Amino acid sequence: MSVSLKAKIAEVFEEPGCDKNQGKTEKERKKGCTKQLNPGAAAGGCAFDGAKIALQPVVDVAHLVHGPIACEGNSWDNRHSASSGSQLYRTGFTTDINELDVIYGGEKRLFKSIREIIDKYDPPAVFVYQTCVTALVGDDIEAVCQRATEKFGKPIIPVNAPGFAGPKNLGNKLGAEALLDYVIGTVEPEFTTPYDINIIGEYNLVGELWQVKPLLDALGIRILSCISGDGRYNEVASAHRAKVNMMVCSKSMINIATKMEQRWGIPYFEGSFYGIGDMSDTLRQIATLLVKQGAPADLLERTERLIAVEEARAWERIAHYKTRLTGKRALLITGGVKSWSVVAALQEAGIEIAGTSVKKSTKEDKEKIKEIMGDDAHMIDDMTPREMYNMLRDARADIMLSGGRSQFVALKARMPWLDINQERHHPYGGYEGMVELVREIDRAIYNPVWQQVRIPAPWGDDGETLGAVPTAAIPEVPAQGMGFLADIAAKAMGLEPEEIPV
Amino acid sequence: MASVVESKKSCTVNPLKMSQPLGASFAFLGLDACMPVMHGSQGCTSFGLVLLVRHFKEAIPLQTTAMNEVTSILGGYDNIEAALLNIRKRAAPKVIAICSTGLTETKGDDVDGYIVTVRKRKPELDDTEIVYVSTPDYVGAFEDGYKHAITAIVKALVKPLPVKADQITLLPGSHLSPGDIDELREIIESFGLSSIVLPDISGSLDGHIAPDWRGTTLGGTTLEQIRAAGGSAFTLGVGEQTREGAEALREIAGTPLEIFERLTGLEVNDRFLQRLAQISGKPVPAKYRRQRSQLLDAMLDGHFYTGGVKVAIGAEPDLLLAVGGLLHEMGAELRCCISTTKSPAHALLPAEQVVLGDLEDLERGAADAGCDLLITHSHGRQAAERLNKPLLRIGFPVFDRIGNAHRRMVGYRGTMDFIFEIANLMIDQIVHHHPGDWPLTPEAAAAAAPSAGAGCCGTPLTPTTLAEASA
Ligand code: SF4
Repeated sequence: MSVSLKAKIAEVFEEPGCDKNQGKTEKERKKGCTKQLNPGAAAGGCAFDGAKIALQPVVDVAHLVHGPIACEGNSWDNRHSASSGSQLYRTGFTTDINELDVIYGGEKRLFKSIREIIDKYDPPAVFVYQTCVTALVGDDIEAVCQRATEKFGKPIIPVNAPGFAGPKNLGNKLGAEALLDYVIGTVEPEFTTPYDINIIGEYNLVGELWQVKPLLDALGIRILSCISGDGRYNEVASAHRAKVNMMVCSKSMINIATKMEQRWGIPYFEGSFYGIGDMSDTLRQIATLLVKQGAPADLLERTERLIAVEEARAWERIAHYKTRLTGKRALLITGGVKSWSVVAALQEAGIEIAGTSVKKSTKEDKEKIKEIMGDDAHMIDDMTPREMYNMLRDARADIMLSGGRSQFVALKARMPWLDINQERHHPYGGYEGMVELVREIDRAIYNPVWQQVRIPAPWGDDGETLGAVPTAAIPEVPAQGMGFLADIAAKAMGLEPEEIPV
Repeated sequence: MASVVESKKSCTVNPLKMSQPLGASFAFLGLDACMPVMHGSQGCTSFGLVLLVRHFKEAIPLQTTAMNEVTSILGGYDNIEAALLNIRKRAAPKVIAICSTGLTETKGDDVDGYIVTVRKRKPELDDTEIVYVSTPDYVGAFEDGYKHAITAIVKALVKPLPVKADQITLLPGSHLSPGDIDELREIIESFGLSSIVLPDISGSLDGHIAPDWRGTTLGGTTLEQIRAAGGSAFTLGVGEQTREGAEALREIAGTPLEIFERLTGLEVNDRFLQRLAQISGKPVPAKYRRQRSQLLDAMLDGHFYTGGVKVAIGAEPDLLLAVGGLLHEMGAELRCCISTTKSPAHALLPAEQVVLGDLEDLERGAADAGCDLLITHSHGRQAAERLNKPLLRIGFPVFDRIGNAHRRMVGYRGTMDFIFEIANLMIDQIVHHHPGDWPLTPEAAAAAAPSAGAGCCGTPLTPTTLAEASA
């Protein structure tokens, strides 16, 4: 491992803002996220993957992956981070090194690749990602990038996070380090306002940022830069002029928030866009910090008024589903903040939480779960797919909410499933998003297909051997009156159900 | 016919290609009770897994030896041993199939040697077969990985057996879907022959609801079947990528072989059925005679929509030949052909040139040649959008469509399905015309104007000149 990368990793582990790390002993911290994974029983992405996830949502730059075809060829065009403009970030650039490059080194090819990209696509910057093989053969991407920056007069940014350095979350942080070292603070914004904020750690998956931005717009708050969802190179480069940083609770890029505080004195807070209460808290925190930083005090009042209106509207729209969802049980298999932040909305709709995973949760996350649900009976530490399968098959939950990896556990048990992680197609951010989530749950549970797929084969060799839900356990689906149809019709017309005249 | 040129670019833009270990894992997924393992850092496995899941919409068993920087430098023996033991304990597969990656190849891990050592040290693995194939990421492509995996399976597990006259081995290329494999098996069995399909993703990835939750593949070629391949009377391969495996079978068990360069199209299927009739000594069943005439009819109905259509195709070599060959026979022009790796299949393609390149080459080539139709995997959607041309999705990965496991492109029936698919897509493109669609050129309009005399003096026609002229 190059000396600079080693130093970086050590630095990231010292992160004061990451209480997961601070909770560890000195020795544990040294081991940090590079703890040996279990061969043959490991899952998850590599550090390169993490760095790419963190930075690719900067939409107008070219993201060039330096390595054999595996890293980019097997992974590009895989995520739903939305852009309001440039589509360049969706283009897959890779040096696709060959045997000769492995023997003689791939630096020349890398340099030429950068030149080709600049000639053909002329982006404001190129991000160059290190990967395992090129790191192992000793390609010095920092040096190549420096030379290319001088030669082409454009920022060429090295992102030194080869896959074998560690898991995905380490990669997120190493990606963030690249921004701190080479990007943030290098460009001055055209103008500043007392209402400028940065949002850090928000990737604008399926456009979730746009469910929140109108709220900020209405208050006159400007997102100077979002790191990195729907980001632009120049915005990120001028992020150091913001008045406040919001850290979206997944702590993936906490190092940006803490270092910006050290370097430019920008205060930060951690907030979330998931869940109604959290959304309101987030707005309050932004307003409070901005006022502290010199924004006019009426911002606080305006914020409260906006919150009151939005919350009332959201609760009312969720209540609409109450009769249909009361008593349904949801199994929530997700990470960190989402394991509790959506719970309030689900409970408001009458849904019981059959269990929520806490595998990736911090101590605070767990506290919050206890607070909301009364006890810790619902916390699931680690569940094997087989246990999930059995739980669903025995109908101890009516729906599973999880990431794509475990979707088939539910589907094969012939139970409804909803994606709430990164490959989902529906945005669940802000007040809008929570209503959307409840609507999606309703749509999933009440799909008549569940009754169909649970019909045992008439010849009897199917239902039991194939592990179908026992007939007795099939939840009664209430008679579907016009209400149900109206819902569908409304959706088809792009209206709210309540907007449909009866 | 086509000559092969390699793209001169240093930077690959929008890759068409995927890596060897992924192709090899794909093959291993066609073995029953198997756990494929990538010997490398965990990201490679994770990326491969995501692609496979998105294409098949199935849970996919795939593991990693989880190499990190230190173990990569020290060598991966410990990780391989740990992975084998862990997998054995957790999922109890019958076969563990390991493929190397760029990382472990660069280091030069001697996996064959490691396996010998593990065998000696760990008797608890005695009931588990271990297959290994070398698949560096920086050489070849998906199809090459698949090809080497078949050969590795054959070499590791097949021994000569007394020949069974009515048993044949079918080696499907990686471009065949589970639906394709089922189709071929049905054809073969209709001649009274039994078939061993190697590898058989129709058992494992055909999208069915399995009785329980297992950690390994659920179906596919069983160990017994693989071993029994040593007694087959004949090996049939579909696609050039199966030749190496078929030749390995011939070397080990003396089995004669024939490789069909594709099974999409009329004439190739005629040859296929003829061959089966010859091996079995039975006539071609009535069902297929009927299907042949249905295909003829489909070709006649379809040719209106495919004739003269200029297409751009990006695909792995064998798939490129299957699709390009049929389209050529249906009157389309192969204007831009992009592939991933070298293969004798390219020589058979009825096109001028095959470029070993990426989807940027496809996009530019299609634009330059004014192509009407793009054909490639799902990653082509951005290019199709930009060019405003229809995209026919083929191959792997097709992650934005469902039903990939059941899509059929081989046999008379599969060829017919595919013709309908293309023709229907082209029917959607038929332009509906409007009154203003054919404006005259200004010159023509001027020439046709009433005061041609005035026009010849260069005076523009105005209402006044018109009035004067008529006065
Ligand atoms: S683990 Fe290494 S080689 Fe594999 S995808 Fe990640 S960076 Fe690439």
